[in-house]
Amino acid sequence: MINFLKLISRNKLALFGGILLIIIFVVSFLSPLLPLKDPDVIKTSDRFLLPFSEGYLLGTDHLGRDLLSRLLWGTRLSLLVGISAALISATIGSILGTIAGFYGNKTDNVIMRVIDVLMAFPYILLALAIVAVLGPGLFNAMIAVALVNIPFFARNIRGVTVTIANKEFIDAARLSGMSNFKIIVYEIFPNILPVIVVTISTTVGWMILETAGLSFLGLGSQPPQADLGSMLGEGRSSLIVNPHTSYVPGAMIFLIVIGVNLFGDGIRDALDPRLSKGELVKPQPVTQIKLDNNVENNNNSFLSVKNLTTAFNFNNKLNLASKGVSFDIKKGECLGLIGESGSGKSVTALSITCLVASPPGVIVNGSVKFQGNDILKMNYEQIRELRGNKISYIFQDPLSTLHPLIKIGKQLEETFIEYNHQKNKEAVLKGKELLKLVQIPNIENVWNSYPHELSGGMRQRVSIAMALTNDPELIIADEPTTALDVTVQAQILSLLDTLRKERGLSVLFISHDFGVVSQICDRVIVMYGGQIVEEGKTENIMSKPRHPYTSQLMECVPHIGFGKRKLLTILGSPPSITYKKEIGCSFASRCLIKKDNCLNEDIKIVRKGDSEVRCLYPHE
Amino acid sequence: MNDIMDILSANNLSKFYSKNKGLFNKQSINLRAVNNININLKAKESLGIVGESGCGKSTLAKMLAGLIAPTSGEIKIQNKGINNYEKYELPNHIQYMFQDPISSLNPRKTIYQSLATPLKYLRKLDDKEIEKEIKSIIKEVNLKEEFLNRFPHEFSGGQAQRIGIARVLLSKAKIIILDEPVSALDVSVQSQILNLLNDLQKKFELSYIVISHDLAVIEAICDRIMVMYFGDIVEKSDAKKLFQNPYHPYTNLLLKSVPIKNQKIEIQSLIETELPDPINPPKGCSFFSRCENKAEKCKDINPSETVKGNRRFKCFFPNI
Ligand SMILES: Nc1ncnc2c1ncn2[C@@H]1O[C@H](COP(=O)(O)OP(=O)(O)O)[C@@H](O)[C@H]1O
Ligand code: SF4
Ligand code: SF4
Ligand SMILES: [Mg+2]
Repeated sequence: MINFLKLISRNKLALFGGILLIIIFVVSFLSPLLPLKDPDVIKTSDRFLLPFSEGYLLGTDHLGRDLLSRLLWGTRLSLLVGISAALISATIGSILGTIAGFYGNKTDNVIMRVIDVLMAFPYILLALAIVAVLGPGLFNAMIAVALVNIPFFARNIRGVTVTIANKEFIDAARLSGMSNFKIIVYEIFPNILPVIVVTISTTVGWMILETAGLSFLGLGSQPPQADLGSMLGEGRSSLIVNPHTSYVPGAMIFLIVIGVNLFGDGIRDALDPRLSKGELVKPQPVTQIKLDNNVENNNNSFLSVKNLTTAFNFNNKLNLASKGVSFDIKKGECLGLIGESGSGKSVTALSITCLVASPPGVIVNGSVKFQGNDILKMNYEQIRELRGNKISYIFQDPLSTLHPLIKIGKQLEETFIEYNHQKNKEAVLKGKELLKLVQIPNIENVWNSYPHELSGGMRQRVSIAMALTNDPELIIADEPTTALDVTVQAQILSLLDTLRKERGLSVLFISHDFGVVSQICDRVIVMYGGQIVEEGKTENIMSKPRHPYTSQLMECVPHIGFGKRKLLTILGSPPSITYKKEIGCSFASRCLIKKDNCLNEDIKIVRKGDSEVRCLYPHE
Repeated sequence: MNDIMDILSANNLSKFYSKNKGLFNKQSINLRAVNNININLKAKESLGIVGESGCGKSTLAKMLAGLIAPTSGEIKIQNKGINNYEKYELPNHIQYMFQDPISSLNPRKTIYQSLATPLKYLRKLDDKEIEKEIKSIIKEVNLKEEFLNRFPHEFSGGQAQRIGIARVLLSKAKIIILDEPVSALDVSVQSQILNLLNDLQKKFELSYIVISHDLAVIEAICDRIMVMYFGDIVEKSDAKKLFQNPYHPYTNLLLKSVPIKNQKIEIQSLIETELPDPINPPKGCSFFSRCENKAEKCKDINPSETVKGNRRFKCFFPNI
């Protein structure tokens, strides 16, 4: 709760809106206690007094009634009616929406059809029709406004409920013996409550306006009772001669709506979980780079990464996700990067072209030399040029890179036209050629499909084709086969291997699977806790791992052909990133051959022959 | 076919999902997810189901657990049809452990609250007994007591999976369906969980149905394996024999596709990988388009089950 208030107050406008609302609320709700004149007492001798007249701070109306008093009493009434309407429609709408979303099928169909019909009518017409049936009066106006807004709530809440009802914890609750009713109340409701609150906060302003609108038309509050709408309505007849009678209620309506909307936006943002993680800030196109010192890098191989250190900034503390990563890739070479999740593989891969989301990402040290030029010293235009042309990425989830609403063919065609300035016809030909290259059997069909219509394997082929559109020289593939079935994985691997050999591509291939890496990589680096712990030729690492982490990890992966059995394990779990710097080997707590001095100092990576290892007692 | 010893059995189980063609089109299309499957599970046994994504593994498993209703066929648990059980009684006998450990926990409940639910509703224990049970189970799955007051997002995948196991055990059900029990976990944590599952099985005399796409995982904890393809069981065998000599060409393809370190996969790279259309299933063998052994006959006739010793398979030209 305190957190919530903090978040709201971080947003200046929301804070302003909140304070404005609180003032209006307190003053208007205290009106029975304030030393005000009776709002309904008529004194024709004092008609149309201007504001700041003696005894009448805001002047009087056409019947000589005190405008200040009428304004406060009227505001109080308008707020009460608007808020009650909001609560009524929130309650009924949410119940309908939850039921429709939870039970689905016929129940859903029936409820949503009725809602659709209601929504088909123009809003205010429907409200007018309802008042016409019920007869004028403030209470009926409130009912009408509430009814008109039910569909809005029902739709919103139904949407969220459907998502939540399909979550596994709902099935788990069912298997725990809970009845549907209990599941709705105890499992679903707490998860949709924030949405209900947000929806209320964004609609209550409208509802206050709508009730005012009905009163303005004379269908809401009846004389002499004042609410903001009826005051405005009465003021209208003397708008030209005595405009203050309209301005006073008009200004109040304006203030309330401004207050409600600013504050409502604040609530919406504060309840959005992405904001509390600091994600709603628009990410910059390149990662923030704040190099501590200049890294000497005279290595002129195709790609040379030196001391690359990337951190995430949380509350001004830098959590290091990759710590001084150095490696290089030769032209035409495929380098494997192995590690468990969270070891910093993706962060390293993304840092190469400054793609780590900033905030919170910051590259704090290092050099990334690509064909002799340091990418970390380039400006945005230069980096963009590289990303589009020479370096491309393939990710685990192809859907993250394909546009969901554009057909595959169109997407390929457009990439060709944008980067290579080709004419449409040429672009189409080139695109189809690429689909053929990635061994898509049914090209015409795929060309005219949307991404979601393809199977996982086909989608990954398409995203490989996309990665090849600009004839890149380096491909960074981040777990490209992890989400695929083994049979499909085998094919994608062989496809990547053929392509890279035919085209002389360099590849950085990321995976957590030794078997997969064996299929395609010439050399392998192993990462643990943000550091490289071992590097060497693929065959050597696979047959004779030297770092205890590599060997222990290999031993605990189940292999086929050994039957039902007890597996070897590594104790504990991989380290999570922290801002605290720990001294000594980061694998020490799980290492089977750890000795006392492993914790005394940071372990340096040492080269021996064509392999490197970061361990005081490596296997020989 | 039904053995009196079976703790669970299913006969001719099918599931078709029907989708309406459009808003005003009364006609509907039928999508075949599970087709006429027979399963039996003995007490204290673990049975693996392996197959590619989309082949119907989870649909089958959810039907067995009573989470979705079959289109046709009969499921018996302890020789009693599952429709004959009282309303909330079935979960006392069969439980389901979900693939994604985090999303199977309510994000707004503490671990203690999540674990208390089955005790409260299934076993109707009072607050004191609930506390005792939870504290003892949490030790059983190697978690610390102080975790109980935390929320799901504070846990790693491995820890969340242990919580999932604890929840399932608390119901005291003897049959547990494990849906991809380790696929969401880190490599170094997978083996810990697999060992834990093996130990618990012995200790509490559980029967497992393990679903996975990973042959190595299935092998490490299963006695018997069923290979599923396109909604059908194409091969059933003792685990050991299946891996030594896969009869069905699909099993063979699966086995050959597993990447092994320092060993290159040898498969035809241009072979078809797509499953047939579940709305218009083929007349003959559903593996036809991808099969290495196929002949003319397979295109028109769907092979029925052949029994050879204690192995069963559906194929005209197996690799025997
Ligand atoms: N956008 C981000 N914001 C904050 N932390 C992140 C972000 N991306 C990654 N991290 C953290 O950085 C560490 C390394 O992550 P990552 O490179 O994705 O690991 P891997 O790819 O090896 O699984 C992890 O602890 C992860 O939580
Ligand atoms: S340095 Fe010590 S603790 Fe670290 S991996 Fe080597 S032997 Fe183990
Ligand atoms: S029946 Fe024919 S097509 Fe089907 S798996 Fe056997 S050999 Fe292959
Ligand atoms: Mg990653």
